[in-house]
Amino acid sequence: MSAPFGRRLCEVAENKVSGGYRIFSLRDREGPAPEPGQFYMLASERSWGEGGGRPYLPRAISVAETAPAKEGVRLDFLVESVGPGTDRLCELEPGERVWVTGPLGNSFSTPKQVNPDAAGAILVGGGIGIAPMAIWRRHLVDKGIPLRVLLGFRNEAHSGGLDELFCSGDSLCPDVRLASEDGHAGHQGYVTDLLATMLAGDDAETAVVYSCGPPAMLEAVRALCAESGVACELAMESPMACGFGACFGCAVAKPDGGYMRLCVDGPVVRGDTVLEVAHA
Amino acid sequence: MPDFCGIELTHPVINASGTYDAIAARRVFGDDLLAEFPFSAFVSKTITPEPRAGNVPRRIWETPAGMINSIGLPNKGLEGFLAGDLPQLAELPVPLIVSVMATNREDFSRMVRGVAERDEVAAIELNVSCPNVHSGLIVGEQPSETEALLETLRPLTEKPLIVKLTPNVANPEAVAVAAEEGGADAVSLINTLKASAIDPATGEPAIAAGHGGLSGPAVRPVALQQLRAVRAAVELPLIGMGGISSAADAAGFLAAGAALVAVGTESFRDPRAGSRIANGLESDASLRSPRVGALHLD
Repeated sequence: MSAPFGRRLCEVAENKVSGGYRIFSLRDREGPAPEPGQFYMLASERSWGEGGGRPYLPRAISVAETAPAKEGVRLDFLVESVGPGTDRLCELEPGERVWVTGPLGNSFSTPKQVNPDAAGAILVGGGIGIAPMAIWRRHLVDKGIPLRVLLGFRNEAHSGGLDELFCSGDSLCPDVRLASEDGHAGHQGYVTDLLATMLAGDDAETAVVYSCGPPAMLEAVRALCAESGVACELAMESPMACGFGACFGCAVAKPDGGYMRLCVDGPVVRGDTVLEVAHA
Repeated sequence: MPDFCGIELTHPVINASGTYDAIAARRVFGDDLLAEFPFSAFVSKTITPEPRAGNVPRRIWETPAGMINSIGLPNKGLEGFLAGDLPQLAELPVPLIVSVMATNREDFSRMVRGVAERDEVAAIELNVSCPNVHSGLIVGEQPSETEALLETLRPLTEKPLIVKLTPNVANPEAVAVAAEEGGADAVSLINTLKASAIDPATGEPAIAAGHGGLSGPAVRPVALQQLRAVRAAVELPLIGMGGISSAADAAGFLAAGAALVAVGTESFRDPRAGSRIANGLESDASLRSPRVGALHLD
Protein backbone atom coordinates (compact mmCIF):
# COMPACT_ATOMS: atom_id res chain seq x y z
CA MET A 1 0.00 0.00 0.00
CA SER A 2 1.37 3.40 -0.98
CA ALA A 3 2.20 6.03 1.56
CA PRO A 4 -0.14 9.05 1.42
CA PHE A 5 1.37 11.59 -1.01
CA GLY A 6 3.18 14.30 0.91
CA ARG A 7 3.75 15.04 4.56
CA ARG A 8 1.03 15.41 7.14
CA LEU A 9 0.77 16.67 10.69
CA CYS A 10 0.29 14.04 13.40
CA GLU A 11 -0.30 14.81 17.05
CA VAL A 12 2.04 13.55 19.74
CA ALA A 13 0.04 11.30 22.07
CA GLU A 14 2.78 10.49 24.54
CA ASN A 15 6.51 10.86 25.08
CA LYS A 16 8.21 9.07 27.95
CA VAL A 17 11.62 8.08 29.22
CA SER A 18 12.67 4.51 28.58
CA GLY A 19 16.09 3.91 30.11
CA GLY A 20 18.55 6.08 28.22
CA TYR A 21 16.11 6.44 25.33
CA ARG A 22 12.66 7.91 24.85
CA ILE A 23 9.55 6.43 23.28
CA PHE A 24 7.05 8.77 21.73
CA SER A 25 3.73 7.97 20.08
CA LEU A 26 1.99 9.76 17.24
CA ARG A 27 -1.66 9.58 16.22
CA ASP A 28 -1.74 9.04 12.47
CA ARG A 29 -5.26 9.46 11.08
CA GLU A 30 -4.33 9.13 7.40
CA GLY A 31 -1.62 6.59 6.82
CA PRO A 32 -1.89 2.82 6.55
CA ALA A 33 -0.47 0.66 9.34
CA PRO A 34 3.28 0.29 8.72
CA GLU A 35 4.94 -3.04 7.98
CA PRO A 36 7.85 -4.17 10.16
CA GLY A 37 11.07 -2.54 8.97
CA GLN A 38 9.41 0.51 7.43
CA PHE A 39 10.31 4.03 8.51
CA TYR A 40 8.95 7.57 8.55
CA MET A 41 10.51 10.95 7.90
CA LEU A 42 9.80 13.06 10.99
CA ALA A 43 10.21 16.76 11.79
CA SER A 44 8.50 18.71 14.52
CA GLU A 45 6.04 21.36 13.35
CA ARG A 46 7.66 23.98 15.59
CA SER A 47 11.33 24.71 16.15
CA TRP A 48 12.63 22.73 13.20
CA GLY A 49 14.78 24.95 11.04
CA GLU A 50 12.36 27.88 11.13
CA GLY A 51 14.79 30.43 12.45
CA GLY A 52 17.57 28.96 10.33
CA GLY A 53 20.09 26.59 11.77
CA ARG A 54 19.54 22.97 12.53
CA PRO A 55 17.75 20.63 12.54
CA TYR A 56 16.79 21.37 8.95
CA LEU A 57 16.10 18.06 7.21
CA PRO A 58 13.51 15.58 8.53
CA ARG A 59 14.90 12.50 10.28
CA ALA A 60 14.36 8.94 9.11
CA ILE A 61 13.13 6.87 12.07
CA SER A 62 12.07 3.21 11.98
CA VAL A 63 8.74 2.43 13.54
CA ALA A 64 9.05 0.37 16.75
CA GLU A 65 5.41 -0.60 17.20
CA THR A 66 1.97 0.24 15.90
CA ALA A 67 -1.58 -0.45 16.99
CA PRO A 68 -5.03 0.51 15.76
CA ALA A 69 -6.25 3.72 17.38
CA LYS A 70 -9.69 5.27 17.65
CA GLU A 71 -9.00 7.04 14.38
CA GLY A 72 -6.20 5.62 12.22
CA VAL A 73 -3.15 4.11 13.83
CA ARG A 74 -0.78 4.79 16.71
CA LEU A 75 2.89 4.91 15.75
CA ASP A 76 5.59 4.34 18.38
CA PHE A 77 9.17 5.48 17.83
CA LEU A 78 12.23 4.74 19.96
CA VAL A 79 14.75 7.56 19.85
CA GLU A 80 18.06 8.45 21.46
CA SER A 81 19.25 12.02 21.68
CA VAL A 82 22.38 12.09 19.51
CA GLY A 83 22.15 15.39 17.61
CA PRO A 84 19.94 18.39 16.89
CA GLY A 85 17.18 16.39 15.16
CA THR A 86 16.86 13.60 17.70
CA ASP A 87 17.29 16.14 20.53
CA ARG A 88 14.19 17.92 19.26
CA LEU A 89 12.24 14.68 18.81
CA CYS A 90 13.10 13.67 22.39
CA GLU A 91 11.60 16.97 23.60
CA LEU A 92 8.23 16.50 21.88
CA GLU A 93 5.34 17.46 24.12
CA PRO A 94 2.00 15.66 24.06
CA GLY A 95 -0.41 17.69 21.93
CA GLU A 96 2.19 19.25 19.67
CA ARG A 97 2.40 18.11 16.10
CA VAL A 98 4.98 16.42 13.91
CA TRP A 99 5.34 16.46 10.13
CA VAL A 100 5.18 12.84 9.01
CA THR A 101 5.92 11.30 5.62
CA GLY A 102 5.42 7.57 5.30
CA PRO A 103 5.36 4.69 5.88
CA LEU A 104 8.38 4.47 3.61
CA GLY A 105 10.67 1.75 2.37
CA ASN A 106 10.28 -2.02 2.25
CA SER A 107 9.75 -4.46 5.09
CA PHE A 108 11.10 -7.75 6.41
CA SER A 109 10.35 -10.99 4.58
CA THR A 110 9.10 -14.02 6.50
CA PRO A 111 11.67 -16.79 7.07
CA LYS A 112 10.00 -19.00 4.45
CA GLN A 113 10.05 -16.17 1.91
CA VAL A 114 13.81 -15.94 2.42
CA ASN A 115 14.44 -19.68 2.59
CA PRO A 116 11.66 -22.23 1.91
CA ASP A 117 13.33 -24.66 4.34
CA ALA A 118 13.53 -22.15 7.17
CA ALA A 119 12.03 -23.19 10.48
CA GLY A 120 12.52 -20.09 12.58
CA ALA A 121 13.97 -16.64 13.04
CA ILE A 122 16.82 -15.11 15.01
CA LEU A 123 16.43 -11.36 15.63
CA VAL A 124 19.55 -9.40 16.52
CA GLY A 125 19.15 -5.82 17.67
CA GLY A 126 21.76 -3.39 18.92
CA GLY A 127 21.18 -0.12 20.74
CA ILE A 128 18.48 2.03 19.23
CA GLY A 129 18.31 -0.57 16.43
CA ILE A 130 16.16 -2.77 18.65
CA ALA A 131 13.18 -0.66 17.47
CA PRO A 132 12.27 -2.48 14.23
CA MET A 133 13.04 -5.81 15.93
CA ALA A 134 10.15 -5.12 18.33
CA ILE A 135 7.42 -4.77 15.69
CA TRP A 136 8.89 -7.65 13.68
CA ARG A 137 9.03 -9.87 16.76
CA ARG A 138 5.33 -9.28 17.42
CA HIS A 139 4.41 -10.11 13.81
CA LEU A 140 6.43 -13.34 13.95
CA VAL A 141 4.87 -14.34 17.27
CA ASP A 142 1.41 -13.67 15.80
CA LYS A 143 2.29 -15.93 12.88
CA GLY A 144 3.43 -18.66 15.27
CA ILE A 145 6.97 -18.70 13.89
CA PRO A 146 9.62 -19.92 16.38
CA LEU A 147 12.13 -17.24 17.23
CA ARG A 148 14.97 -16.10 19.43
CA VAL A 149 15.69 -12.44 20.08
CA LEU A 150 19.20 -11.22 20.93
CA LEU A 151 19.53 -7.62 22.06
CA GLY A 152 22.75 -5.81 22.87
CA PHE A 153 23.67 -2.48 24.38
CA ARG A 154 26.89 -0.57 24.90
CA ASN A 155 26.13 0.35 28.52
CA GLU A 156 23.26 1.26 30.79
CA ALA A 157 23.17 4.90 29.65
CA HIS A 158 22.86 3.78 26.04
CA SER A 159 20.04 1.31 26.51
CA GLY A 160 16.30 1.34 26.82
CA GLY A 161 13.03 0.29 25.29
CA LEU A 162 12.96 -3.15 26.88
CA ASP A 163 10.08 -2.57 29.31
CA GLU A 164 7.82 -1.14 26.62
CA LEU A 165 8.81 -3.28 23.65
CA PHE A 166 10.15 -6.65 24.82
CA CYS A 167 8.39 -7.43 28.11
CA SER A 168 5.22 -9.24 28.96
CA GLY A 169 3.95 -8.13 32.32
CA ASP A 170 6.94 -7.30 34.50
CA SER A 171 9.43 -9.68 32.95
CA LEU A 172 11.44 -9.88 29.79
CA CYS A 173 9.80 -12.03 27.10
CA PRO A 174 11.16 -15.58 27.41
CA ASP A 175 12.57 -15.60 23.88
CA VAL A 176 14.79 -12.55 24.55
CA ARG A 177 18.49 -12.77 25.53
CA LEU A 178 20.53 -9.70 26.45
CA ALA A 179 24.15 -8.71 26.07
CA SER A 180 25.91 -5.56 27.22
CA GLU A 181 29.46 -4.42 26.77
CA ASP A 182 29.63 -3.15 30.36
CA GLY A 183 27.93 -6.24 31.75
CA HIS A 184 25.01 -4.38 33.32
CA ALA A 185 22.55 -6.78 31.73
CA GLY A 186 22.91 -10.31 30.36
CA HIS A 187 26.06 -11.60 28.71
CA GLN A 188 29.03 -9.27 29.12
CA GLY A 189 30.26 -8.64 25.61
CA TYR A 190 28.81 -8.22 22.17
CA VAL A 191 25.37 -9.39 21.10
CA THR A 192 27.14 -11.00 18.15
CA ASP A 193 28.87 -13.34 20.66
CA LEU A 194 25.40 -14.74 21.37
CA LEU A 195 24.66 -14.97 17.65
CA ALA A 196 27.94 -16.79 16.97
CA THR A 197 27.03 -19.39 19.62
CA MET A 198 23.60 -19.92 18.11
CA LEU A 199 24.96 -20.16 14.57
CA ALA A 200 27.42 -22.84 15.77
CA GLY A 201 24.46 -25.08 16.61
CA ASP A 202 23.52 -28.08 14.48
CA ASP A 203 20.27 -26.66 13.15
CA ALA A 204 21.50 -23.12 12.51
CA GLU A 205 20.91 -23.38 8.77
CA THR A 206 17.17 -23.65 9.36
CA ALA A 207 17.11 -20.12 10.75
CA VAL A 208 16.90 -16.75 9.06
CA VAL A 209 18.62 -13.87 10.83
CA TYR A 210 17.11 -10.38 10.98
CA SER A 211 19.14 -7.52 12.34
CA CYS A 212 19.24 -3.80 13.00
CA GLY A 213 21.86 -1.86 14.89
CA PRO A 214 25.03 0.17 14.59
CA PRO A 215 26.99 -0.37 11.34
CA ALA A 216 29.88 -2.26 12.97
CA MET A 217 27.41 -4.69 14.58
CA LEU A 218 25.47 -5.13 11.32
CA GLU A 219 28.69 -5.87 9.48
CA ALA A 220 29.61 -8.48 12.13
CA VAL A 221 26.15 -10.05 11.74
CA ARG A 222 26.44 -10.05 7.96
CA ALA A 223 29.90 -11.66 8.09
CA LEU A 224 28.86 -14.29 10.68
CA CYS A 225 25.82 -15.26 8.60
CA ALA A 226 27.88 -15.40 5.40
CA GLU A 227 30.41 -17.72 7.09
CA SER A 228 27.65 -19.94 8.44
CA GLY A 229 25.64 -20.04 5.23
CA VAL A 230 22.64 -18.54 7.00
CA ALA A 231 20.45 -16.04 5.16
CA CYS A 232 20.00 -12.67 6.79
CA GLU A 233 18.05 -9.47 6.32
CA LEU A 234 19.57 -6.25 7.62
CA ALA A 235 17.62 -3.07 8.37
CA MET A 236 20.23 -0.46 7.51
CA GLU A 237 20.69 3.25 7.99
CA SER A 238 22.26 5.78 5.67
CA PRO A 239 22.25 9.58 5.55
CA MET A 240 18.90 10.44 4.03
CA ALA A 241 17.41 13.85 3.21
CA CYS A 242 14.06 12.90 1.69
CA GLY A 243 13.06 9.23 2.18
CA PHE A 244 11.35 8.90 -1.21
CA GLY A 245 14.13 8.52 -3.76
CA ALA A 246 14.65 12.19 -4.55
CA CYS A 247 17.98 13.13 -3.00
CA PHE A 248 20.18 10.11 -3.86
CA GLY A 249 22.04 10.65 -0.60
CA CYS A 250 21.45 7.23 0.98
CA ALA A 251 23.63 5.27 -1.43
CA VAL A 252 24.78 1.79 -0.31
CA ALA A 253 27.31 -0.12 -2.42
CA LYS A 254 26.13 -3.33 -4.13
CA PRO A 255 28.44 -6.34 -4.60
CA ASP A 256 28.18 -6.17 -8.40
CA GLY A 257 29.13 -2.48 -8.52
CA GLY A 258 26.97 0.56 -8.35
CA TYR A 259 24.74 1.67 -5.54
CA MET A 260 21.25 1.17 -4.24
CA ARG A 261 19.16 3.92 -2.68
CA LEU A 262 18.40 2.67 0.79
CA CYS A 263 15.12 4.63 1.06
CA VAL A 264 13.44 2.97 -1.93
CA ASP A 265 15.50 -0.24 -2.31
CA GLY A 266 15.65 -0.78 1.48
CA PRO A 267 15.93 -0.11 4.34
CA VAL A 268 15.73 -3.91 4.65
CA VAL A 269 18.33 -5.58 2.46
CA ARG A 270 19.47 -9.19 2.11
CA GLY A 271 22.94 -9.65 3.58
CA ASP A 272 24.22 -11.03 0.29
CA THR A 273 23.08 -7.97 -1.66
CA VAL A 274 25.37 -5.52 0.11
CA LEU A 275 29.12 -5.42 -0.35
CA GLU A 276 29.68 -4.82 3.33
CA VAL A 277 28.13 -2.58 5.91
CA ALA A 278 30.38 0.48 5.83
CA HIS A 279 31.50 1.45 9.31
CA ALA A 280 34.18 3.60 10.84
CA MET B 1 -0.96 30.86 -17.08
CA PRO B 2 2.75 31.43 -17.61
CA ASP B 3 4.04 30.98 -21.13
CA PHE B 4 7.66 29.93 -20.93
CA CYS B 5 9.51 29.85 -24.26
CA GLY B 6 6.24 28.88 -25.94
CA ILE B 7 5.42 26.17 -23.39
CA GLU B 8 2.15 26.77 -21.56
CA LEU B 9 2.40 26.07 -17.85
CA THR B 10 -0.38 26.05 -15.27
CA HIS B 11 1.70 27.87 -12.63
CA PRO B 12 5.23 29.25 -12.27
CA VAL B 13 6.71 26.55 -9.99
CA ILE B 14 8.90 23.76 -11.39
CA ASN B 15 11.52 21.50 -9.79
CA ALA B 16 15.27 21.98 -9.76
CA SER B 17 17.10 19.29 -11.72
CA GLY B 18 18.31 16.42 -9.58
CA THR B 19 16.00 17.04 -6.65
CA TYR B 20 12.97 14.94 -7.55
CA ASP B 21 12.88 11.44 -9.03
CA ALA B 22 9.31 11.28 -10.28
CA ILE B 23 9.65 7.57 -11.12
CA ALA B 24 10.76 6.63 -7.60
CA ALA B 25 8.21 9.02 -6.05
CA ARG B 26 5.42 7.31 -8.00
CA ARG B 27 6.54 3.93 -6.61
CA VAL B 28 6.42 5.37 -3.08
CA PHE B 29 3.26 7.48 -3.24
CA GLY B 30 1.30 5.81 -6.03
CA ASP B 31 -0.71 7.58 -8.71
CA ASP B 32 -1.73 10.38 -6.32
CA LEU B 33 1.61 11.81 -7.43
CA LEU B 34 0.22 12.22 -10.96
CA ALA B 35 -3.19 13.48 -9.84
CA GLU B 36 -1.61 16.19 -7.70
CA PHE B 37 1.73 16.68 -9.40
CA PRO B 38 3.56 19.42 -7.51
CA PHE B 39 5.26 21.10 -10.46
CA SER B 40 4.01 22.75 -13.68
CA ALA B 41 6.90 21.21 -15.62
CA PHE B 42 9.25 18.40 -14.66
CA VAL B 43 13.02 18.73 -15.00
CA SER B 44 14.85 15.40 -15.13
CA LYS B 45 18.03 14.55 -13.30
CA THR B 46 21.05 15.31 -15.47
CA ILE B 47 21.67 12.66 -18.11
CA THR B 48 25.23 11.95 -19.31
CA PRO B 49 26.34 10.10 -22.47
CA GLU B 50 27.29 6.94 -20.55
CA PRO B 51 25.79 5.46 -17.38
CA ARG B 52 27.20 6.70 -14.07
CA ALA B 53 26.97 4.98 -10.68
CA GLY B 54 27.42 8.20 -8.74
CA ASN B 55 29.89 9.06 -6.01
CA VAL B 56 31.12 6.95 -3.13
CA PRO B 57 29.13 7.78 0.04
CA ARG B 58 29.02 9.78 2.19
CA ARG B 59 27.11 12.01 -0.20
CA ILE B 60 25.07 14.43 1.93
CA TRP B 61 25.57 16.47 5.10
CA GLU B 62 23.11 18.72 6.92
CA THR B 63 24.28 22.28 7.50
CA PRO B 64 22.62 25.29 9.14
CA ALA B 65 19.48 25.92 7.05
CA GLY B 66 20.66 23.70 4.27
CA MET B 67 22.72 20.75 3.14
CA ILE B 68 25.83 19.90 1.17
CA ASN B 69 25.59 17.20 -1.48
CA SER B 70 27.97 15.47 -3.80
CA ILE B 71 25.86 12.84 -5.51
CA GLY B 72 27.88 12.47 -8.70
CA LEU B 73 25.08 12.43 -11.28
CA PRO B 74 24.04 8.76 -11.12
CA ASN B 75 22.03 8.05 -14.26
CA LYS B 76 21.43 5.38 -16.87
CA GLY B 77 23.22 7.20 -19.69
CA LEU B 78 21.56 8.55 -22.82
CA GLU B 79 20.44 5.19 -24.25
CA GLY B 80 19.20 3.89 -20.90
CA PHE B 81 17.34 7.12 -20.25
CA LEU B 82 15.63 7.18 -23.62
CA ALA B 83 14.63 3.52 -23.42
CA GLY B 84 13.89 3.19 -19.71
CA ASP B 85 13.06 6.49 -18.05
CA LEU B 86 11.61 8.68 -20.80
CA PRO B 87 8.49 6.56 -21.42
CA GLN B 88 7.73 6.70 -17.69
CA LEU B 89 8.38 10.43 -17.42
CA ALA B 90 6.10 10.94 -20.42
CA GLU B 91 3.22 9.74 -18.22
CA LEU B 92 3.60 12.80 -16.00
CA PRO B 93 0.79 15.33 -16.56
CA VAL B 94 3.21 18.21 -17.25
CA PRO B 95 5.77 19.20 -19.92
CA LEU B 96 9.15 17.52 -19.60
CA ILE B 97 12.49 19.33 -19.54
CA VAL B 98 15.51 17.04 -19.83
CA SER B 99 18.82 18.08 -18.28
CA VAL B 100 21.93 16.94 -20.16
CA MET B 101 25.67 17.15 -19.59
CA ALA B 102 28.77 16.04 -21.49
CA THR B 103 32.47 16.80 -21.34
CA ASN B 104 33.03 17.73 -24.99
CA ARG B 105 30.99 19.39 -27.73
CA GLU B 106 30.63 16.21 -29.80
CA ASP B 107 29.06 14.33 -26.91
CA PHE B 108 26.95 17.34 -25.95
CA SER B 109 25.67 17.45 -29.54
CA ARG B 110 24.82 13.75 -29.41
CA MET B 111 22.91 14.32 -26.16
CA VAL B 112 20.93 17.27 -27.50
CA ARG B 113 20.10 15.48 -30.78
CA GLY B 114 19.07 12.29 -29.02
CA VAL B 115 16.83 14.05 -26.54
CA ALA B 116 15.41 16.75 -28.83
CA GLU B 117 14.10 14.31 -31.43
CA ARG B 118 11.76 12.76 -28.88
CA ASP B 119 8.27 14.27 -28.91
CA GLU B 120 7.92 13.71 -25.16
CA VAL B 121 10.59 16.35 -24.53
CA ALA B 122 9.46 20.00 -24.40
CA ALA B 123 12.81 21.65 -23.64
CA ILE B 124 16.42 20.86 -22.82
CA GLU B 125 18.45 22.21 -19.92
CA LEU B 126 22.21 22.29 -20.40
CA ASN B 127 24.16 21.48 -17.25
CA VAL B 128 27.39 23.32 -17.94
CA SER B 129 28.92 22.85 -14.47
CA CYS B 130 31.35 20.35 -15.96
CA PRO B 131 34.80 20.49 -17.52
CA ASN B 132 35.43 20.52 -21.24
CA VAL B 133 37.98 17.67 -21.43
CA HIS B 134 39.79 19.40 -24.30
CA SER B 135 40.35 22.73 -22.56
CA GLY B 136 40.17 21.51 -18.97
CA LEU B 137 37.98 24.52 -18.17
CA ILE B 138 34.58 24.33 -16.53
CA VAL B 139 32.29 25.37 -19.38
CA GLY B 140 29.88 27.35 -17.25
CA GLU B 141 32.68 29.30 -15.60
CA GLN B 142 33.92 30.70 -18.93
CA PRO B 143 31.81 33.00 -21.11
CA SER B 144 33.78 31.97 -24.21
CA GLU B 145 33.30 28.24 -23.56
CA THR B 146 29.61 28.76 -22.89
CA GLU B 147 29.06 30.79 -26.05
CA ALA B 148 30.98 28.29 -28.20
CA LEU B 149 28.95 25.40 -26.78
CA LEU B 150 25.67 27.18 -27.52
CA GLU B 151 26.81 27.98 -31.04
CA THR B 152 27.44 24.25 -31.56
CA LEU B 153 24.13 23.14 -30.06
CA ARG B 154 21.77 25.88 -31.23
CA PRO B 155 21.46 24.64 -34.83
CA LEU B 156 20.57 21.12 -33.66
CA THR B 157 17.07 21.80 -32.38
CA GLU B 158 14.30 24.34 -32.35
CA LYS B 159 13.29 23.25 -28.87
CA PRO B 160 14.11 25.68 -26.08
CA LEU B 161 17.66 25.43 -24.72
CA ILE B 162 18.02 26.50 -21.10
CA VAL B 163 21.49 27.13 -19.68
CA LYS B 164 21.89 26.30 -15.99
CA LEU B 165 24.37 28.77 -14.55
CA THR B 166 26.89 27.94 -11.87
CA PRO B 167 27.09 30.43 -9.01
CA ASN B 168 30.77 29.66 -8.43
CA VAL B 169 32.05 32.54 -10.56
CA ALA B 170 32.73 36.21 -9.92
CA ASN B 171 30.35 37.41 -12.65
CA PRO B 172 27.52 35.03 -13.51
CA GLU B 173 26.00 37.78 -15.66
CA ALA B 174 28.93 37.54 -18.09
CA VAL B 175 28.18 33.84 -18.61
CA ALA B 176 24.48 34.62 -19.01
CA VAL B 177 25.28 37.21 -21.69
CA ALA B 178 27.45 34.63 -23.48
CA ALA B 179 24.59 32.12 -23.35
CA GLU B 180 22.23 34.69 -24.79
CA GLU B 181 24.64 35.59 -27.58
CA GLY B 182 25.14 31.92 -28.33
CA GLY B 183 21.42 31.50 -28.88
CA ALA B 184 20.06 30.15 -25.59
CA ASP B 185 16.32 30.57 -24.99
CA ALA B 186 16.49 30.89 -21.22
CA VAL B 187 18.82 30.79 -18.26
CA SER B 188 18.27 29.01 -14.96
CA LEU B 189 20.12 29.85 -11.75
CA ILE B 190 21.57 29.10 -9.32
CA ASN B 191 23.22 25.70 -9.17
CA THR B 192 24.70 24.76 -5.78
CA LEU B 193 27.49 26.74 -4.16
CA LYS B 194 30.80 24.93 -3.71
CA ALA B 195 31.02 24.02 -0.03
CA SER B 196 32.73 21.81 2.55
CA ALA B 197 32.09 20.54 6.04
CA ILE B 198 34.32 18.68 8.46
CA ASP B 199 32.84 15.73 10.34
CA PRO B 200 33.53 16.55 13.99
CA ALA B 201 33.72 12.83 14.79
CA THR B 202 36.64 12.20 12.44
CA GLY B 203 38.20 15.57 11.64
CA GLU B 204 37.91 14.56 7.98
CA PRO B 205 35.76 16.11 5.23
CA ALA B 206 32.15 15.11 5.87
CA ILE B 207 31.51 14.48 2.18
CA ALA B 208 33.54 11.58 0.79
CA ALA B 209 34.35 13.53 -2.37
CA GLY B 210 35.91 16.21 -0.18
CA HIS B 211 33.50 18.95 -1.12
CA GLY B 212 30.04 19.31 -2.55
CA GLY B 213 27.35 21.84 -3.33
CA LEU B 214 25.40 23.84 -0.75
CA SER B 215 21.64 24.22 -1.15
CA GLY B 216 18.65 25.18 0.97
CA PRO B 217 17.59 28.48 2.58
CA ALA B 218 21.23 29.24 3.44
CA VAL B 219 21.92 30.10 -0.23
CA ARG B 220 18.76 32.12 -0.90
CA PRO B 221 20.22 35.63 -0.52
CA VAL B 222 23.14 34.70 -2.79
CA ALA B 223 20.73 33.30 -5.36
CA LEU B 224 18.58 36.42 -5.29
CA GLN B 225 21.54 38.71 -5.86
CA GLN B 226 22.81 36.61 -8.78
CA LEU B 227 19.31 36.58 -10.22
CA ARG B 228 19.15 40.38 -10.01
CA ALA B 229 22.57 40.74 -11.63
CA VAL B 230 21.65 38.41 -14.49
CA ARG B 231 18.24 40.04 -14.86
CA ALA B 232 19.95 43.37 -15.44
CA ALA B 233 22.31 41.88 -18.05
CA VAL B 234 20.11 39.79 -20.37
CA GLU B 235 16.67 39.85 -21.97
CA LEU B 236 16.16 36.07 -21.71
CA PRO B 237 13.49 34.59 -19.46
CA LEU B 238 15.01 33.36 -16.19
CA ILE B 239 14.26 30.40 -13.96
CA GLY B 240 15.16 31.44 -10.43
CA MET B 241 16.05 29.00 -7.70
CA GLY B 242 18.11 28.68 -4.55
CA GLY B 243 16.58 27.88 -1.18
CA ILE B 244 12.97 28.68 -2.08
CA SER B 245 10.88 27.17 0.72
CA SER B 246 7.67 29.20 0.77
CA ALA B 247 5.35 31.17 -1.47
CA ALA B 248 6.81 34.35 -0.04
CA ASP B 249 10.30 33.23 -1.06
CA ALA B 250 9.04 32.42 -4.56
CA ALA B 251 7.32 35.80 -4.79
CA GLY B 252 10.64 37.45 -4.05
CA PHE B 253 12.34 35.64 -6.94
CA LEU B 254 9.46 36.51 -9.27
CA ALA B 255 9.61 40.15 -8.16
CA ALA B 256 13.35 40.15 -8.87
CA GLY B 257 12.68 39.15 -12.45
CA ALA B 258 12.31 35.39 -12.66
CA ALA B 259 9.73 34.09 -15.13
CA LEU B 260 9.56 30.77 -13.27
CA VAL B 261 10.90 29.55 -9.96
CA ALA B 262 12.28 26.11 -9.16
CA VAL B 263 12.05 24.25 -5.87
CA GLY B 264 14.79 21.82 -4.93
CA THR B 265 15.91 21.03 -1.41
CA GLU B 266 12.55 21.99 0.10
CA SER B 267 10.98 19.03 -1.71
CA PHE B 268 13.17 16.73 0.41
CA ARG B 269 11.41 18.10 3.50
CA ASP B 270 7.98 18.28 1.93
CA PRO B 271 7.28 16.11 -1.13
CA ARG B 272 4.44 18.47 -2.09
CA ALA B 273 6.35 21.71 -1.52
CA GLY B 274 5.87 22.66 -5.19
CA SER B 275 2.08 22.61 -4.88
CA ARG B 276 2.16 24.37 -1.53
CA ILE B 277 4.23 27.19 -2.99
CA ALA B 278 2.19 27.43 -6.22
CA ASN B 279 -1.08 27.48 -4.25
CA GLY B 280 0.32 30.11 -1.94
CA LEU B 281 1.26 32.32 -4.87
CA GLU B 282 -2.21 31.84 -6.33
CA SER B 283 -4.20 32.46 -3.16
CA ASP B 284 -2.25 35.27 -1.52
CA ALA B 285 -2.86 38.42 -3.55
CA SER B 286 -0.24 40.32 -1.61
CA LEU B 287 2.40 37.96 -2.97
CA ARG B 288 1.36 38.59 -6.57
CA SER B 289 1.81 42.35 -6.31
CA PRO B 290 4.38 43.00 -3.63
CA ARG B 291 4.48 46.51 -2.27
CA VAL B 292 7.48 47.98 -3.97
CA GLY B 293 9.73 49.70 -1.51
CA ALA B 294 7.91 48.39 1.54
CA LEU B 295 10.24 47.86 4.45
CA HIS B 296 9.74 44.62 6.32
CA LEU B 297 11.31 44.38 9.73
CA ASP B 298 10.61 41.09 11.43
